[in-house]
Amino acid sequence: MTIDVLLVSLTIFMLAVFVGTEVISKVPATLHTPLMSGTNAIHGIVLMAAMLVAGLAGKGILLTVLGFLAVVLATGNVVGGFVVTDRMLEMFKKKPQAGK
Amino acid sequence: MQIPSYIPQIIYIIAAILIIVGLKRLSSPATARVGNQIAAVGVALALAITILNSEIQDYLWIGVGVVIGGIAGYIMARRVQMTAMPQMVALFNGMGGGAAALVSASEYLHSQTVPGTSENFAVLLTTLLGLIIGSLSIAGSVVAFGKLQGLISGRPITYGGQQVVNGILAVVIVGFSLYLLFLQTNSVPAFVAIAAAALILGVAVVLPIGGADMPVVISLLNSFTGLAVAMTGFVLNNPVLIISGTLVGASGTLLTQLMSKAMNRSLANVLFGAFGSAGGPAAAGVAGGAAAVPLRETSAEDAGTLLAYSRSVIVVPGYGLAVAQAQQTVRELAEVLEKRGVDVRYAIHPVAGRMPGHMNVLLAEANVPYTQLKEMDEINSEFPQADVALVIGANDVTNPAARTNPQSPIFGMPILNVDQAQNIIVIKRGRGTGFAGIENDLFANPKTMMLFGDAKDALSRLVSAVKAA
Repeated sequence: MTIDVLLVSLTIFMLAVFVGTEVISKVPATLHTPLMSGTNAIHGIVLMAAMLVAGLAGKGILLTVLGFLAVVLATGNVVGGFVVTDRMLEMFKKKPQAGK
Repeated sequence: MQIPSYIPQIIYIIAAILIIVGLKRLSSPATARVGNQIAAVGVALALAITILNSEIQDYLWIGVGVVIGGIAGYIMARRVQMTAMPQMVALFNGMGGGAAALVSASEYLHSQTVPGTSENFAVLLTTLLGLIIGSLSIAGSVVAFGKLQGLISGRPITYGGQQVVNGILAVVIVGFSLYLLFLQTNSVPAFVAIAAAALILGVAVVLPIGGADMPVVISLLNSFTGLAVAMTGFVLNNPVLIISGTLVGASGTLLTQLMSKAMNRSLANVLFGAFGSAGGPAAAGVAGGAAAVPLRETSAEDAGTLLAYSRSVIVVPGYGLAVAQAQQTVRELAEVLEKRGVDVRYAIHPVAGRMPGHMNVLLAEANVPYTQLKEMDEINSEFPQADVALVIGANDVTNPAARTNPQSPIFGMPILNVDQAQNIIVIKRGRGTGFAGIENDLFANPKTMMLFGDAKDALSRLVSAVKAA
């Protein structure tokens, strides 16, 4: 990582901090649980990183095992996270109809 | 086929936009579901383009891992009861944290085999941060899961010298990290020591926190995992990972603060509250005083008659309702009351259930009309006009001590003013204390009638009683 690359990464990081706090600043308490679950699913994107390290060629047995475990855990996180959030939010959709 | 290198970059940008837009939509009730789906598409897009990355040579274990993890995650997410949602989120969060830690470990070990790569200070620093934060997150999440699932006691677990042990662990982590960064970059034992200390510290920090505070802890660990993922983005020089991880880290931190605020606790108080001794004698004093007052028990018939002939009823649902799976039965009771012309509304405390907003999800699942659910600020002024407040398996959020007794551990927490209703019926499983482990003065109130029993059973007896009245 050269200093230039690091600075670009840091810039992206700083901007994302502001976006992250701005975007959810007005969330009602009703949505706290689904929002926690939804953001939880988003960090399942770590599967990208897991695939990149698991896919490296010519590595030993230890790295193969670590990479494989990382892929299993990350996939569970991303798939389970989005499905469970969708299940929760599906119920929110029903509300207005039930009220009528 | 060789794809030009800028194509994946462009798709990564699109993925990042979708994730941000999805998160934005997630924070408004009308658009939340679509928001979640948009974010899912964004993540899927980023993952799909990653598979085509030329650095990936070995697809076998990726394929097997994705199938196993995907099926396990899907089945767990479909089967889990809505009441068990907090521990489910904790578990998924732990998996993400674990993955980030494993990625960091793989990166470090891999760099050991390629001479000259681990000398880069920034790479090593972010690798270590990913390892430490990810390890804290998975260890803490597993303990949080165990506590909420009832595998470990929900009570704060404390022992002498706890802070000293935590301090030593922190020193080990920081010390070996500095050693790796400045003295000897190639030391696998030091790296392993950091990982082990971070895992133990994660357990040690969460163990003394009471079960009632777990949602705040899970939210905090959620933002930790986000940060750990962002760190892997630095290491792999991948903007989408940095953006997504940081988004979760930042929004998770804000969400954690909002949750603490809803409980009127500071984050520091949640994390380290168990170490203070203030709660002990004060809580014991309250318990001693309240135990002397006999509680007034009632029968389902009497309580049912009271409900049937009242004009307005406010239902206060708590976790006991959810545990007994009584959401459907409470809706049934509301319906028979409404047929008699009784005005029924639900008072939802911000932390009713186990997580903020949890009770809304549970009642929505039982098809309770959205319009009848009232938030605390909205309904609190109406309790004095209510004929009956029906408290079902809620305890600490109705405890007037939070308003009146500065000695109480929950003093200052916003509560529902149930004690101001004309009559109060409390359905409660047993005579024990609530999640916070303190006596509730409300139960000793002369206006209060106690209906002991399982919430679902008690409610169906109330339904029959109202029908008979």
